[in-house]
Amino acid sequence: MKVEQIRKEFPLLEEKVYGKQLVYLDNAATIQRPRSVVEKWNDLTLHCNSNLHRAVHKIAADATEEYETTRDAVRDFLNAESRQEIIFTSGATASINLVAFSFGEAFVKEGDEIIVAESEHHSNIVPWQMMCNRKKASIKVLPVDDSGCLCIDRLENLITDKTRLIAVAQISNVLGVRNPIKEVVRIAHSHGVKVLVDGAQGVVHDGADVRDLDCDFYAFSGHKVYAAPGTGVLYGKKEILDQMPPYMGGGEMIAKVKFSGTTYAPLPGKYEAGTQNMAGTPTLKPALEMAKSLKDKEISEYHEQLTAFVLDALESNPKIHLYGNPEDRSTKTSIFSFTMEGVHHEDLALILDKMGIAVRSGQMCAEPLMDRFGVTGMLRASFAHYNTMEEAAYFIKSLDKAASMLL
Amino acid sequence: METRSLKEIQQDIIDEFSMFDEWLDKYEYLIDLGKNLDAYPEALKTDDRLIKGCQSRVWLDCKTEDGKLVFIADSDAIITKGIISLLISVYSGRTAEEIASDDFSFLDQIGLKENLSPTRANGLVSMIETIRKAATERK
Repeated sequence: MKVEQIRKEFPLLEEKVYGKQLVYLDNAATIQRPRSVVEKWNDLTLHCNSNLHRAVHKIAADATEEYETTRDAVRDFLNAESRQEIIFTSGATASINLVAFSFGEAFVKEGDEIIVAESEHHSNIVPWQMMCNRKKASIKVLPVDDSGCLCIDRLENLITDKTRLIAVAQISNVLGVRNPIKEVVRIAHSHGVKVLVDGAQGVVHDGADVRDLDCDFYAFSGHKVYAAPGTGVLYGKKEILDQMPPYMGGGEMIAKVKFSGTTYAPLPGKYEAGTQNMAGTPTLKPALEMAKSLKDKEISEYHEQLTAFVLDALESNPKIHLYGNPEDRSTKTSIFSFTMEGVHHEDLALILDKMGIAVRSGQMCAEPLMDRFGVTGMLRASFAHYNTMEEAAYFIKSLDKAASMLL
Repeated sequence: METRSLKEIQQDIIDEFSMFDEWLDKYEYLIDLGKNLDAYPEALKTDDRLIKGCQSRVWLDCKTEDGKLVFIADSDAIITKGIISLLISVYSGRTAEEIASDDFSFLDQIGLKENLSPTRANGLVSMIETIRKAATERK
Protein backbone atom coordinates (compact mmCIF):
# COMPACT_ATOMS: atom_id res chain seq x y z
CA MET A 1 0.00 0.00 0.00
CA LYS A 2 1.18 3.51 -0.82
CA VAL A 3 0.82 6.62 1.32
CA GLU A 4 -0.93 8.41 -1.57
CA GLN A 5 -3.70 5.79 -1.41
CA ILE A 6 -4.25 6.29 2.32
CA ARG A 7 -4.31 10.07 2.00
CA LYS A 8 -7.39 9.84 -0.20
CA GLU A 9 -9.26 8.52 2.85
CA PHE A 10 -8.55 11.70 4.82
CA PRO A 11 -10.36 14.64 3.16
CA LEU A 12 -8.92 17.22 5.54
CA LEU A 13 -5.42 16.64 4.22
CA GLU A 14 -6.50 18.31 0.98
CA GLU A 15 -7.36 21.58 2.72
CA LYS A 16 -5.60 24.79 1.84
CA VAL A 17 -4.73 27.42 4.44
CA TYR A 18 -3.87 31.01 3.46
CA GLY A 19 -3.87 29.78 -0.13
CA LYS A 20 -1.19 27.20 0.63
CA GLN A 21 -1.45 23.45 0.79
CA LEU A 22 -1.99 22.39 4.42
CA VAL A 23 0.77 20.28 5.96
CA TYR A 24 -0.74 18.81 9.10
CA LEU A 25 1.94 17.97 11.67
CA ASP A 26 -0.11 18.22 14.86
CA ASN A 27 -1.15 14.59 14.88
CA ALA A 28 -0.16 14.01 18.51
CA ALA A 29 -2.81 16.57 19.51
CA THR A 30 -5.50 15.02 17.36
CA ILE A 31 -5.23 12.86 14.29
CA GLN A 32 -7.38 13.37 11.22
CA ARG A 33 -10.38 11.15 10.64
CA PRO A 34 -10.85 8.87 7.66
CA ARG A 35 -14.08 8.77 5.66
CA SER A 36 -14.97 5.39 7.16
CA VAL A 37 -15.11 6.94 10.65
CA VAL A 38 -17.15 9.94 9.55
CA GLU A 39 -19.52 7.65 7.63
CA LYS A 40 -20.01 5.41 10.65
CA TRP A 41 -20.81 8.39 12.85
CA ASN A 42 -23.10 9.85 10.22
CA ASP A 43 -24.86 6.58 9.60
CA LEU A 44 -25.52 5.92 13.28
CA THR A 45 -26.69 9.48 13.88
CA LEU A 46 -29.03 9.50 10.89
CA HIS A 47 -30.31 5.93 10.96
CA CYS A 48 -29.59 4.30 14.29
CA ASN A 49 -29.95 6.86 17.07
CA SER A 50 -31.32 5.28 20.20
CA ASN A 51 -30.30 4.96 23.79
CA LEU A 52 -28.43 1.77 24.58
CA HIS A 53 -29.18 -1.33 26.64
CA ARG A 54 -32.64 -0.13 27.62
CA ALA A 55 -35.54 -0.33 25.21
CA VAL A 56 -36.76 -3.42 23.41
CA HIS A 57 -37.40 -1.74 20.06
CA LYS A 58 -35.48 -2.48 16.88
CA ILE A 59 -33.45 0.76 16.70
CA ALA A 60 -32.35 0.38 20.32
CA ALA A 61 -31.28 -3.20 19.62
CA ASP A 62 -29.30 -2.14 16.55
CA ALA A 63 -27.61 0.73 18.39
CA THR A 64 -26.72 -1.57 21.28
CA GLU A 65 -25.37 -4.13 18.83
CA GLU A 66 -23.12 -1.48 17.22
CA TYR A 67 -21.87 -0.41 20.62
CA GLU A 68 -21.24 -3.88 22.00
CA THR A 69 -19.55 -5.22 18.87
CA THR A 70 -17.21 -2.24 19.21
CA ARG A 71 -16.27 -3.60 22.61
CA ASP A 72 -15.36 -6.89 20.94
CA ALA A 73 -13.29 -5.02 18.35
CA VAL A 74 -11.40 -3.13 21.06
CA ARG A 75 -10.89 -6.32 23.04
CA ASP A 76 -9.46 -7.89 19.94
CA PHE A 77 -7.26 -4.87 19.16
CA LEU A 78 -5.79 -4.83 22.67
CA ASN A 79 -5.76 -8.61 22.95
CA ALA A 80 -7.56 -8.37 26.29
CA GLU A 81 -8.75 -11.60 27.80
CA SER A 82 -12.36 -10.60 28.21
CA ARG A 83 -14.78 -8.00 26.86
CA GLN A 84 -15.65 -7.22 30.48
CA GLU A 85 -12.22 -5.65 30.76
CA ILE A 86 -13.03 -2.97 28.14
CA ILE A 87 -14.68 0.14 29.58
CA PHE A 88 -15.78 2.95 27.27
CA THR A 89 -15.04 6.47 28.47
CA SER A 90 -14.87 9.94 26.93
CA GLY A 91 -11.10 9.76 26.47
CA ALA A 92 -7.78 8.89 28.09
CA THR A 93 -8.21 11.67 30.65
CA ALA A 94 -11.55 10.24 31.76
CA SER A 95 -10.07 6.74 31.85
CA ILE A 96 -7.21 7.81 34.12
CA ASN A 97 -9.52 9.83 36.36
CA LEU A 98 -11.71 6.77 36.71
CA VAL A 99 -8.78 4.64 37.84
CA ALA A 100 -7.37 7.34 40.11
CA PHE A 101 -10.69 7.64 41.88
CA SER A 102 -11.85 4.04 42.01
CA PHE A 103 -8.44 2.42 42.54
CA GLY A 104 -7.74 5.06 45.18
CA GLU A 105 -10.99 4.27 46.99
CA ALA A 106 -10.28 0.54 46.96
CA PHE A 107 -6.55 0.30 47.50
CA VAL A 108 -4.92 3.54 48.66
CA LYS A 109 -4.73 4.60 52.29
CA GLU A 110 -2.97 7.32 54.26
CA GLY A 111 0.78 7.31 53.79
CA ASP A 112 0.69 5.25 50.58
CA GLU A 113 2.62 6.23 47.47
CA ILE A 114 2.01 6.48 43.73
CA ILE A 115 4.92 6.71 41.29
CA VAL A 116 4.48 8.97 38.27
CA ALA A 117 7.04 9.53 35.50
CA GLU A 118 8.48 13.02 35.13
CA SER A 119 7.53 13.08 31.45
CA GLU A 120 3.81 12.51 31.97
CA HIS A 121 1.02 14.56 30.44
CA HIS A 122 -0.96 16.58 33.01
CA SER A 123 -3.78 14.07 32.54
CA ASN A 124 -1.56 11.41 34.08
CA ILE A 125 -0.39 13.65 36.93
CA VAL A 126 -3.30 15.74 38.17
CA PRO A 127 -5.81 12.89 38.75
CA TRP A 128 -3.20 11.19 40.97
CA GLN A 129 -2.55 14.42 42.85
CA MET A 130 -6.28 14.82 43.46
CA MET A 131 -6.55 11.27 44.71
CA CYS A 132 -3.44 11.60 46.89
CA ASN A 133 -4.82 14.79 48.45
CA ARG A 134 -8.02 13.00 49.28
CA LYS A 135 -6.30 9.92 50.65
CA LYS A 136 -3.33 11.68 52.29
CA ALA A 137 -1.05 9.69 50.04
CA SER A 138 1.94 11.07 48.14
CA ILE A 139 3.48 11.04 44.68
CA LYS A 140 7.04 10.04 43.89
CA VAL A 141 8.56 11.03 40.57
CA LEU A 142 10.41 8.67 38.26
CA PRO A 143 12.83 10.96 36.40
CA VAL A 144 13.90 11.02 32.76
CA ASP A 145 17.52 11.51 31.71
CA ASP A 146 18.87 14.26 29.44
CA SER A 147 18.09 12.23 26.33
CA GLY A 148 14.47 11.87 27.42
CA CYS A 149 14.70 8.22 28.45
CA LEU A 150 13.02 6.97 31.60
CA CYS A 151 15.58 6.35 34.38
CA ILE A 152 14.38 2.79 34.70
CA ASP A 153 17.38 1.89 36.89
CA ARG A 154 15.99 4.26 39.53
CA LEU A 155 12.59 2.56 39.69
CA GLU A 156 13.56 -0.27 42.01
CA ASN A 157 14.78 2.22 44.63
CA LEU A 158 11.65 4.37 44.39
CA ILE A 159 9.40 1.45 45.22
CA THR A 160 8.66 0.91 48.90
CA ASP A 161 6.17 -1.28 50.72
CA LYS A 162 3.82 1.71 50.55
CA THR A 163 3.85 1.96 46.74
CA ARG A 164 0.46 1.07 45.26
CA LEU A 165 0.68 2.00 41.57
CA ILE A 166 2.99 3.31 38.88
CA ALA A 167 1.51 5.62 36.21
CA VAL A 168 3.54 5.90 33.03
CA ALA A 169 2.96 6.69 29.38
CA GLN A 170 3.72 4.18 26.66
CA ILE A 171 5.13 7.10 24.64
CA SER A 172 5.54 10.63 26.03
CA ASN A 173 3.49 13.20 24.09
CA VAL A 174 6.50 15.53 24.17
CA LEU A 175 9.57 13.32 23.92
CA GLY A 176 8.18 10.73 21.53
CA VAL A 177 10.29 8.02 23.09
CA ARG A 178 8.97 4.50 23.60
CA ASN A 179 9.15 3.79 27.32
CA PRO A 180 10.26 0.32 28.47
CA ILE A 181 6.77 -0.60 29.64
CA LYS A 182 7.39 -4.34 29.97
CA GLU A 183 10.37 -3.64 32.17
CA VAL A 184 8.35 -1.21 34.33
CA VAL A 185 5.62 -3.83 34.71
CA ARG A 186 8.11 -6.58 35.54
CA ILE A 187 9.77 -4.51 38.28
CA ALA A 188 6.43 -3.22 39.61
CA HIS A 189 4.83 -6.66 39.76
CA SER A 190 7.85 -8.17 41.50
CA HIS A 191 6.90 -5.80 44.36
CA GLY A 192 3.15 -6.35 44.06
CA VAL A 193 2.69 -2.85 42.58
CA LYS A 194 0.09 -2.19 39.86
CA VAL A 195 0.82 -0.31 36.62
CA LEU A 196 -1.35 2.07 34.60
CA VAL A 197 -0.14 2.73 31.08
CA ASP A 198 -1.27 5.94 29.38
CA GLY A 199 -1.53 4.82 25.79
CA ALA A 200 -2.79 8.15 24.41
CA GLN A 201 0.19 8.41 22.05
CA GLY A 202 1.24 4.78 22.07
CA VAL A 203 -1.98 3.35 20.70
CA VAL A 204 -1.53 4.87 17.24
CA HIS A 205 2.23 4.39 16.94
CA ASP A 206 2.60 0.90 18.40
CA GLY A 207 -0.81 -0.39 19.41
CA ALA A 208 -0.83 -2.56 22.51
CA ASP A 209 -1.07 -6.18 23.47
CA VAL A 210 -2.18 -5.82 27.08
CA ARG A 211 -1.60 -9.47 27.85
CA ASP A 212 1.93 -9.30 26.55
CA LEU A 213 2.60 -6.00 28.36
CA ASP A 214 0.86 -7.47 31.42
CA CYS A 215 -0.10 -3.94 32.53
CA ASP A 216 -3.01 -3.64 34.95
CA PHE A 217 -4.63 -0.67 33.22
CA TYR A 218 -4.30 0.79 29.74
CA ALA A 219 -5.98 4.06 28.74
CA PHE A 220 -6.38 5.70 25.35
CA SER A 221 -8.42 8.34 23.51
CA GLY A 222 -10.33 7.65 20.33
CA HIS A 223 -9.53 10.96 18.64
CA LYS A 224 -5.80 10.22 18.63
CA VAL A 225 -6.34 6.95 16.79
CA TYR A 226 -8.69 8.11 14.00
CA ALA A 227 -11.98 7.75 15.94
CA ALA A 228 -14.52 10.40 16.91
CA PRO A 229 -13.65 12.90 19.65
CA GLY A 230 -15.23 12.24 23.03
CA THR A 231 -14.52 8.52 22.79
CA GLY A 232 -12.03 6.59 24.84
CA VAL A 233 -11.14 3.28 26.37
CA LEU A 234 -10.02 1.97 29.68
CA TYR A 235 -8.69 -1.55 29.81
CA GLY A 236 -8.36 -3.00 33.28
CA LYS A 237 -7.68 -6.48 34.55
CA LYS A 238 -10.98 -8.01 35.55
CA GLU A 239 -9.97 -9.06 39.05
CA ILE A 240 -8.90 -5.48 39.84
CA LEU A 241 -11.89 -3.79 38.19
CA ASP A 242 -14.15 -6.11 40.17
CA GLN A 243 -12.65 -4.94 43.43
CA MET A 244 -12.95 -1.23 42.73
CA PRO A 245 -16.09 0.81 43.44
CA PRO A 246 -17.71 2.68 40.51
CA TYR A 247 -16.55 6.18 39.64
CA MET A 248 -19.92 7.67 38.73
CA GLY A 249 -23.44 6.64 39.60
CA GLY A 250 -26.60 6.61 37.53
CA GLY A 251 -27.98 5.14 34.34
CA GLU A 252 -27.38 1.50 33.57
CA MET A 253 -24.52 0.97 36.03
CA ILE A 254 -26.79 -0.53 38.64
CA ALA A 255 -28.17 -3.94 39.52
CA LYS A 256 -30.80 -2.87 42.07
CA VAL A 257 -31.59 0.59 43.39
CA LYS A 258 -33.33 0.91 46.74
CA PHE A 259 -33.27 3.82 49.16
CA SER A 260 -31.98 1.25 51.62
CA GLY A 261 -28.99 0.56 49.38
CA THR A 262 -27.94 0.04 45.75
CA THR A 263 -26.01 -2.76 44.12
CA TYR A 264 -24.02 -2.34 40.94
CA ALA A 265 -24.10 -3.95 37.53
CA PRO A 266 -21.37 -6.43 36.64
CA LEU A 267 -18.48 -5.38 34.39
CA PRO A 268 -18.27 -3.47 32.17
CA GLY A 269 -21.60 -1.71 32.90
CA LYS A 270 -20.56 -0.81 36.43
CA TYR A 271 -18.18 1.83 35.05
CA GLU A 272 -20.42 3.17 32.29
CA ALA A 273 -22.85 5.48 34.07
CA GLY A 274 -25.20 7.70 32.12
CA THR A 275 -26.04 7.75 28.44
CA GLN A 276 -23.09 6.57 26.42
CA ASN A 277 -21.59 8.12 23.30
CA MET A 278 -23.69 5.91 21.04
CA ALA A 279 -22.68 7.45 17.72
CA GLY A 280 -19.07 8.15 18.65
CA THR A 281 -17.89 5.00 20.37
CA PRO A 282 -18.71 2.66 17.43
CA THR A 283 -16.39 4.76 15.24
CA LEU A 284 -13.61 2.96 17.12
CA LYS A 285 -14.36 -0.03 14.86
CA PRO A 286 -13.38 1.59 11.53
CA ALA A 287 -10.74 3.65 13.35
CA LEU A 288 -8.93 0.62 14.73
CA GLU A 289 -9.33 -1.07 11.35
CA MET A 290 -7.49 1.91 9.86
CA ALA A 291 -4.78 1.70 12.54
CA LYS A 292 -4.34 -2.00 11.79
CA SER A 293 -4.24 -1.50 8.03
CA LEU A 294 -1.48 1.08 8.48
CA LYS A 295 0.68 -1.62 9.99
CA ASP A 296 1.19 -2.57 6.32
CA LYS A 297 4.87 -3.30 5.62
CA GLU A 298 5.33 -0.72 2.89
CA ILE A 299 3.60 2.01 4.93
CA SER A 300 5.57 1.18 8.08
CA GLU A 301 8.89 1.23 6.28
CA TYR A 302 8.04 4.52 4.61
CA HIS A 303 7.12 6.01 7.99
CA GLU A 304 10.39 4.78 9.50
CA GLN A 305 12.33 6.41 6.67
CA LEU A 306 10.43 9.64 7.22
CA THR A 307 11.15 9.49 10.97
CA ALA A 308 14.86 8.91 10.31
CA PHE A 309 14.95 11.76 7.79
CA VAL A 310 13.40 14.28 10.19
CA LEU A 311 15.57 13.05 13.06
CA ASP A 312 18.73 13.43 10.96
CA ALA A 313 17.74 16.90 9.77
CA LEU A 314 16.92 18.20 13.25
CA GLU A 315 19.99 16.61 14.81
CA SER A 316 22.31 18.10 12.21
CA ASN A 317 21.00 21.64 12.77
CA PRO A 318 23.33 23.21 15.37
CA LYS A 319 20.67 25.74 16.39
CA ILE A 320 18.14 23.07 17.29
CA HIS A 321 17.92 21.32 20.61
CA LEU A 322 15.84 18.17 20.30
CA TYR A 323 14.23 16.79 23.45
CA GLY A 324 13.77 13.05 23.37
CA ASN A 325 16.80 11.94 21.45
CA PRO A 326 17.63 8.43 22.66
CA GLU A 327 20.86 6.66 21.85
CA ASP A 328 18.81 3.71 20.65
CA ARG A 329 17.09 5.29 17.65
CA SER A 330 14.62 2.43 17.35
CA THR A 331 12.86 3.75 20.46
CA LYS A 332 12.20 7.14 18.83
CA THR A 333 8.79 7.75 17.24
CA SER A 334 7.79 10.49 14.81
CA ILE A 335 6.97 12.99 17.58
CA PHE A 336 9.64 15.71 17.60
CA SER A 337 9.78 18.45 20.23
CA PHE A 338 12.54 21.00 20.11
CA THR A 339 13.67 24.54 20.76
CA MET A 340 15.70 26.74 18.45
CA GLU A 341 18.47 28.89 19.86
CA GLY A 342 17.50 32.57 19.98
CA VAL A 343 13.97 31.93 18.72
CA HIS A 344 10.74 31.80 20.69
CA HIS A 345 8.74 28.63 19.97
CA GLU A 346 5.57 30.66 19.44
CA ASP A 347 7.18 32.85 16.78
CA LEU A 348 8.32 29.77 14.94
CA ALA A 349 4.86 28.18 15.11
CA LEU A 350 3.23 31.39 13.89
CA ILE A 351 5.51 31.70 10.86
CA LEU A 352 5.15 28.01 10.02
CA ASP A 353 1.37 28.41 10.24
CA LYS A 354 1.45 31.08 7.56
CA MET A 355 3.52 28.72 5.44
CA GLY A 356 0.69 26.19 5.71
CA ILE A 357 2.27 24.00 8.38
CA ALA A 358 0.27 23.11 11.47
CA VAL A 359 2.50 22.39 14.46
CA ARG A 360 2.07 22.75 18.20
CA SER A 361 3.92 25.18 20.44
CA GLY A 362 3.91 25.70 24.18
CA GLN A 363 4.09 23.45 27.19
CA MET A 364 2.14 20.59 25.61
CA CYS A 365 0.36 19.82 28.91
CA ALA A 366 3.64 18.71 30.44
CA GLU A 367 4.78 21.60 32.61
CA PRO A 368 6.97 19.49 34.92
CA LEU A 369 8.87 18.25 31.88
CA MET A 370 9.35 21.82 30.61
CA ASP A 371 10.80 22.68 34.04
CA ARG A 372 12.99 19.59 33.89
CA PHE A 373 14.59 20.87 30.68
CA GLY A 374 14.53 24.52 31.80
CA VAL A 375 12.38 25.84 28.95
CA THR A 376 9.14 27.83 28.84
CA GLY A 377 7.87 25.78 25.93
CA MET A 378 8.84 23.82 22.85
CA LEU A 379 7.79 23.43 19.25
CA ARG A 380 6.37 20.03 18.38
CA ALA A 381 5.96 18.46 14.97
CA SER A 382 4.19 15.12 15.15
CA PHE A 383 3.78 12.97 12.07
CA ALA A 384 1.18 10.37 11.19
CA HIS A 385 1.38 7.46 8.79
CA TYR A 386 -0.39 9.55 6.15
CA ASN A 387 2.32 12.20 6.12
CA THR A 388 4.66 12.14 3.14
CA MET A 389 8.38 12.53 2.69
CA GLU A 390 7.62 15.67 0.63
CA GLU A 391 5.79 17.16 3.61
CA ALA A 392 8.70 16.30 5.89
CA ALA A 393 11.15 17.94 3.49
CA TYR A 394 8.93 21.02 3.17
CA PHE A 395 8.76 21.25 6.97
CA ILE A 396 12.56 21.13 7.31
CA LYS A 397 13.00 23.70 4.55
CA SER A 398 10.33 25.97 6.04
CA LEU A 399 11.97 25.71 9.45
CA ASP A 400 15.16 27.10 7.93
CA LYS A 401 13.26 29.86 6.19
CA ALA A 402 11.37 30.79 9.36
CA ALA A 403 14.64 30.82 11.29
CA SER A 404 16.24 33.16 8.77
CA MET A 405 13.29 35.54 9.19
CA LEU A 406 13.43 35.44 12.97
CA LEU A 407 17.16 35.47 13.62
CA MET B 1 8.36 66.02 18.78
CA GLU B 2 5.46 64.34 17.04
CA THR B 3 3.33 66.90 15.27
CA ARG B 4 0.98 64.59 13.41
CA SER B 5 -2.30 63.55 14.95
CA LEU B 6 -2.97 60.10 16.33
CA LYS B 7 -5.26 59.38 13.36
CA GLU B 8 -2.59 60.41 10.86
CA ILE B 9 -0.05 58.04 12.39
CA GLN B 10 -2.60 55.24 12.41
CA GLN B 11 -3.41 55.92 8.76
CA ASP B 12 0.30 55.60 7.92
CA ILE B 13 0.31 52.13 9.48
CA ILE B 14 -2.86 51.15 7.62
CA ASP B 15 -1.24 52.28 4.35
CA GLU B 16 1.97 50.45 5.17
CA PHE B 17 0.12 47.19 5.88
CA SER B 18 -1.99 47.47 2.74
CA MET B 19 1.18 47.26 0.65
CA PHE B 20 1.91 43.72 1.75
CA ASP B 21 0.49 40.93 -0.37
CA GLU B 22 0.52 38.22 2.21
CA TRP B 23 0.70 37.75 5.94
CA LEU B 24 4.17 36.35 5.87
CA ASP B 25 5.34 39.80 4.68
CA LYS B 26 3.39 41.50 7.44
CA TYR B 27 5.07 39.23 9.93
CA GLU B 28 8.42 40.10 8.45
CA TYR B 29 7.56 43.76 9.04
CA LEU B 30 6.50 43.05 12.65
CA ILE B 31 9.68 41.03 13.22
CA ASP B 32 11.73 44.01 12.03
CA LEU B 33 9.83 46.31 14.38
CA GLY B 34 10.49 43.85 17.19
CA LYS B 35 14.19 43.63 16.43
CA ASN B 36 14.53 47.42 16.33
CA LEU B 37 12.66 48.16 19.53
CA ASP B 38 14.80 50.12 22.00
CA ALA B 39 16.37 48.06 24.76
CA TYR B 40 14.20 47.68 27.84
CA PRO B 41 15.90 47.83 31.25
CA GLU B 42 16.15 44.43 32.97
CA ALA B 43 15.23 46.11 36.27
CA LEU B 44 11.80 46.97 34.86
CA LYS B 45 10.97 43.35 34.04
CA THR B 46 8.81 43.13 37.14
CA ASP B 47 5.61 41.18 37.69
CA ASP B 48 3.52 44.33 37.96
CA ARG B 49 4.68 45.36 34.47
CA LEU B 50 3.95 41.94 32.99
CA ILE B 51 0.82 41.99 30.82
CA LYS B 52 -1.51 39.22 31.87
CA GLY B 53 -3.23 37.10 29.24
CA CYS B 54 -0.29 36.79 26.83
CA GLN B 55 1.23 33.38 26.17
CA SER B 56 4.66 34.89 25.68
CA ARG B 57 5.88 37.35 28.29
CA VAL B 58 5.30 41.05 27.61
CA TRP B 59 6.42 43.87 29.90
CA LEU B 60 5.07 47.38 29.54
CA ASP B 61 6.28 50.40 31.49
CA CYS B 62 4.46 53.73 31.45
CA LYS B 63 5.59 57.08 32.82
CA THR B 64 4.47 60.67 32.34
CA GLU B 65 6.82 63.24 30.80
CA ASP B 66 5.73 66.83 30.08
CA GLY B 67 2.10 65.83 30.25
CA LYS B 68 2.57 62.98 27.77
CA LEU B 69 2.55 59.25 28.43
CA VAL B 70 5.79 57.49 27.51
CA PHE B 71 5.63 53.75 26.98
CA ILE B 72 8.52 51.32 26.75
CA ALA B 73 8.10 47.56 26.37
CA ASP B 74 9.73 44.21 25.78
CA SER B 75 8.78 40.60 25.05
CA ASP B 76 10.57 37.27 24.88
CA ALA B 77 8.84 36.47 21.57
CA ILE B 78 9.82 38.59 18.58
CA ILE B 79 6.45 38.85 16.81
CA THR B 80 4.75 39.84 20.04
CA LYS B 81 7.57 42.34 20.54
CA GLY B 82 6.82 43.72 17.07
CA ILE B 83 3.15 44.09 17.95
CA ILE B 84 3.81 45.94 21.20
CA SER B 85 6.38 48.04 19.33
CA LEU B 86 3.71 48.98 16.80
CA LEU B 87 1.37 49.97 19.63
CA ILE B 88 3.88 52.13 21.43
CA SER B 89 4.97 53.78 18.17
CA VAL B 90 1.38 55.02 17.98
CA TYR B 91 0.56 55.75 21.61
CA SER B 92 3.83 56.75 23.26
CA GLY B 93 4.21 60.55 23.48
CA ARG B 94 0.45 61.16 23.49
CA THR B 95 -1.64 62.70 26.23
CA ALA B 96 -3.74 60.48 28.47
CA GLU B 97 -6.90 62.10 27.09
CA GLU B 98 -5.97 61.36 23.48
CA ILE B 99 -5.27 57.70 24.24
CA ALA B 100 -8.30 57.20 26.46
CA SER B 101 -10.62 58.58 23.80
CA ASP B 102 -9.10 56.54 20.94
CA ASP B 103 -11.03 53.50 19.73
CA PHE B 104 -7.97 51.45 18.63
CA SER B 105 -9.90 50.59 15.45
CA PHE B 106 -6.81 50.89 13.20
CA LEU B 107 -5.85 47.44 14.50
CA ASP B 108 -9.03 46.02 12.99
CA GLN B 109 -8.30 47.80 9.72
CA ILE B 110 -4.90 46.17 9.39
CA GLY B 111 -6.51 42.80 10.22
CA LEU B 112 -4.05 42.10 12.97
CA LYS B 113 -6.42 40.59 15.47
CA GLU B 114 -8.08 38.11 13.14
CA ASN B 115 -4.75 36.94 11.77
CA LEU B 116 -3.31 36.04 15.12
CA SER B 117 -3.87 32.71 16.79
CA PRO B 118 -6.60 32.95 19.46
CA THR B 119 -4.01 32.99 22.23
CA ARG B 120 -2.12 35.86 20.60
CA ALA B 121 -5.31 37.71 19.77
CA ASN B 122 -6.14 37.56 23.50
CA GLY B 123 -2.64 38.83 24.16
CA LEU B 124 -3.23 41.77 21.83
CA VAL B 125 -6.50 42.57 23.61
CA SER B 126 -4.62 42.50 26.93
CA MET B 127 -1.98 44.88 25.54
CA ILE B 128 -4.66 47.31 24.35
CA GLU B 129 -6.45 47.13 27.69
CA THR B 130 -3.22 47.79 29.59
CA ILE B 131 -2.45 50.88 27.49
CA ARG B 132 -6.04 52.13 27.78
CA LYS B 133 -6.03 51.57 31.54
CA ALA B 134 -2.70 53.40 31.94
CA ALA B 135 -4.20 56.38 30.09
CA THR B 136 -7.52 56.34 31.96
CA GLU B 137 -5.73 56.28 35.33
CA ARG B 138 -3.61 59.29 34.39
CA LYS B 139 -6.36 61.49 32.93
